[in-house]
Amino acid sequence: MAQNSDSRQTSDLKLQTSRGLAPVRSVFDNGVVLLAKATHATPAVTISLAVRSGSAYDPPGAEGTTWLLSRVLDRGTHARSAADIAEELDSRGITLTIQITRHQFTIVCTCLAEDFEAVLSLLAEIVLTPSLPESEIATRKGEIITAIRQDDDNPAVRAGESLMGHLYPNGHPYGRRTKGTIEIVEGLTRQALQRQHAARFAPSELSAAIVGDVEPPRVRDIAERVFGGWRAAPTAALVLPPVHAANTRNRVVIPMPNKAQADIAYGFTAITRRDPDYYSMWLMNVAFGQYAIGGRLGDSIRERQGMAYYVSSSFDANLAEGPLAIRAGVSATNVERAIASIDEEIERLLADGLTEKELDESRRYLIGAMPRALETNTAIANFLQTSEFFGLGLDYDLQLPGHLRAVTLESAHAAARRVLSTRRATVVVAGPVSDPYVPEVS
Amino acid sequence: MIRMHATTLDNGLKVLIQEEHTAPLASVWCWYKVGSKDERPGLTGVSHWVEHMNFKGTTNIPRDQVKGIIEQFGGSWNGYTWIDQTTYLETATKDALDRMLFIEAERMANGLYDPEDCESERTVIISELQGGENDPDQLLDQELTATAFKAHPYRHPTIGWLPDLQSMTRDDLYSYYRRHYVPNNATLVIVGDVDTDDALQQVDRRFGRIPPGPIVSRMQTVEPEQTGERRLTIRKEGTTDYLKVAFHAPAATDGGFYPLLLLDAVLTGAKGMNLWSSFRLPPPQRSARLYRAVVERGLASQVSGSLLPTEQPFLYTVSATVTEGIGLADVESAILDELDRVRREGVTDAELVKAKAQLRARLVFDNDSVTNIAHQLGYFETIASADFFTAAPHRIAAVTTDDVASIAGGIFAPSNRTVGWFESEV
Repeated sequence: MAQNSDSRQTSDLKLQTSRGLAPVRSVFDNGVVLLAKATHATPAVTISLAVRSGSAYDPPGAEGTTWLLSRVLDRGTHARSAADIAEELDSRGITLTIQITRHQFTIVCTCLAEDFEAVLSLLAEIVLTPSLPESEIATRKGEIITAIRQDDDNPAVRAGESLMGHLYPNGHPYGRRTKGTIEIVEGLTRQALQRQHAARFAPSELSAAIVGDVEPPRVRDIAERVFGGWRAAPTAALVLPPVHAANTRNRVVIPMPNKAQADIAYGFTAITRRDPDYYSMWLMNVAFGQYAIGGRLGDSIRERQGMAYYVSSSFDANLAEGPLAIRAGVSATNVERAIASIDEEIERLLADGLTEKELDESRRYLIGAMPRALETNTAIANFLQTSEFFGLGLDYDLQLPGHLRAVTLESAHAAARRVLSTRRATVVVAGPVSDPYVPEVS
Repeated sequence: MIRMHATTLDNGLKVLIQEEHTAPLASVWCWYKVGSKDERPGLTGVSHWVEHMNFKGTTNIPRDQVKGIIEQFGGSWNGYTWIDQTTYLETATKDALDRMLFIEAERMANGLYDPEDCESERTVIISELQGGENDPDQLLDQELTATAFKAHPYRHPTIGWLPDLQSMTRDDLYSYYRRHYVPNNATLVIVGDVDTDDALQQVDRRFGRIPPGPIVSRMQTVEPEQTGERRLTIRKEGTTDYLKVAFHAPAATDGGFYPLLLLDAVLTGAKGMNLWSSFRLPPPQRSARLYRAVVERGLASQVSGSLLPTEQPFLYTVSATVTEGIGLADVESAILDELDRVRREGVTDAELVKAKAQLRARLVFDNDSVTNIAHQLGYFETIASADFFTAAPHRIAAVTTDDVASIAGGIFAPSNRTVGWFESEV
């Protein structure tokens, strides 16, 4: 028995190495997309159901609608109460996680393979026919309001949200708080949630990624049974307002005198995911603020100067031009020094670009990390959903190394020059500081 | 089925290898039986600071070449320190195995501890401490633990107390490093797409010549029995109130551990037992007793239970975030009522069946990567034995409702609890 199992795993491994993930993609008559991939490392299956219905689709003035919907969606269906669903999931050891991004509403769970059919049926029922009970809405509103109050007391969250608000002003969906405000949440009604569900949840908007110890033909049969009969008109396309890069440097201070440490969020608007510069920007950012302990930024601010436990940069290329954000947590007395160091590293990068060694190391790291990044069922499901959302192709895992190898020193340097500028940076500091950065603790 | 191979080198290094041919990866973890409980007063935080210093270069890995060795194989590396242990890991493509072993052997024998680096790291660690203090929940947890223990060194935080971090010297760090980082105080774990015999040869080549050190006996303080409820309140500017109730709980190898793990599943949903990964997946808890008692009633926005496997008796802690507009006393009362009920009545057969099913699933989910499997083998070897971990499913299956009632009756006695409030002030 053990030998059979091991030889099956070895055979899977060889296939995966030569052919890549090779998921099986199907499109049902109603537009539902199914991505199935068999793995046999554990007797478990990850189910990821992504609906194009993120916070960017919140009606103007009703920010937080999608977030509240995500907290209530699985609290009752036309056939089952919240308690029935809780019992069904808990008895199988399953936790549903609902993730809200700007563009997607994703329900993810991992179950034992023996429970797959029952769990997928339950999830379909939740997606198609939520009952959104009034009592559940009231309870979840209380939780969200408490969470918003917690965010208000968290310097990292305050700095990050403020940065997004300043980079994407005038009500742009990327600049709004995903959870909304207390006033808005208090005023949201069951009808508002029903309208949002009716407007966004349609088969044409759903992609299901199912990865684990179940064969694709069986996945297709079960998925077709639970989703194939779903009928709803396609939803309206989202039109995002244009994104404008800042013309001047902008400094924002959020005094939080009760805190021990300050959080810095320093950023820019960057590029879309379909931008031809995407891979150059990605590699540039890895070398600048991620490689090992935070790339060049980590070398300077953490390793050489000992100023911060964390410092890094990230960028989120999306349907619109997402942000490139540098984050650091530092003592109030070091805020100015840390910002000056970020400025210095940006100027150095703009003047000289990356070195051949940095580009080569970052590239080898990203390509070499793929087996690790695609080791678990959940990681594979996320990868397949991202590939589907941006239309990257079923063989994207095989294509990706080629895209990274095509990046040159010149293209990475051009990507840096396109986005980074100390004169156009938006800099937010939240913590025990007051404007203009007079430290309150020494 | 146990596929792990265990052996001990002549210098005392314990080696655990498990072949997993599911991905072309290998994970290496090197564990040391030293954690914050081994620290004496005045040197709190030294284990964690030493861990930081062990990423700062060795005799054969110059400071500026530390980064890049594992990254060139697409790998990740990290480390952590907790109350019973310090550990370092690398996970990368399998062809990096020798590089990973080289790094760990260097870390064990040849740390540099450059005085300038020690000084620079002092501020990094203080920044880490202050970042933690920004979180009221973490601050309350630290103070609660310090109140629940009077004598046992589990009472001080792993990161240390600020005055100790301000005064510790390079010599304190280096002598602590030399005393504890010896092969006969370590366990090396390899899990992945490797051949056991080949991996063993590589381990012997890298570690075989490192001399053993004197055996350091671990701290064996016994916490005196708590004789009455303890309470603390932190009043601080903030927006949200937090509640924690801690009870002295059994060590991992105590007969009461698994019954309490199942009791926690009944109360707040099963978490699994992987300190490295379990917290990443929230527990299935919507039908759990405390969730229904405080979250479903709108008293708290979240509730959780925490029972971690430890070498010596630590704490079982229930935590709640109080809903806006609700009083701390109301949440405390609702939680204590539920705990008192389970103390008097135990749990039902149906609840125990569900808790076991949850834990069975979580143990599967906890072992979904070579990194997680390697963590579990090493973690349990450090506090008990790797065999203790592999026997967990059988031990969980053997727990009865009487076992659960017995542990509930004992630990939820009022005299065994410490109640902590974080009361936010405007």
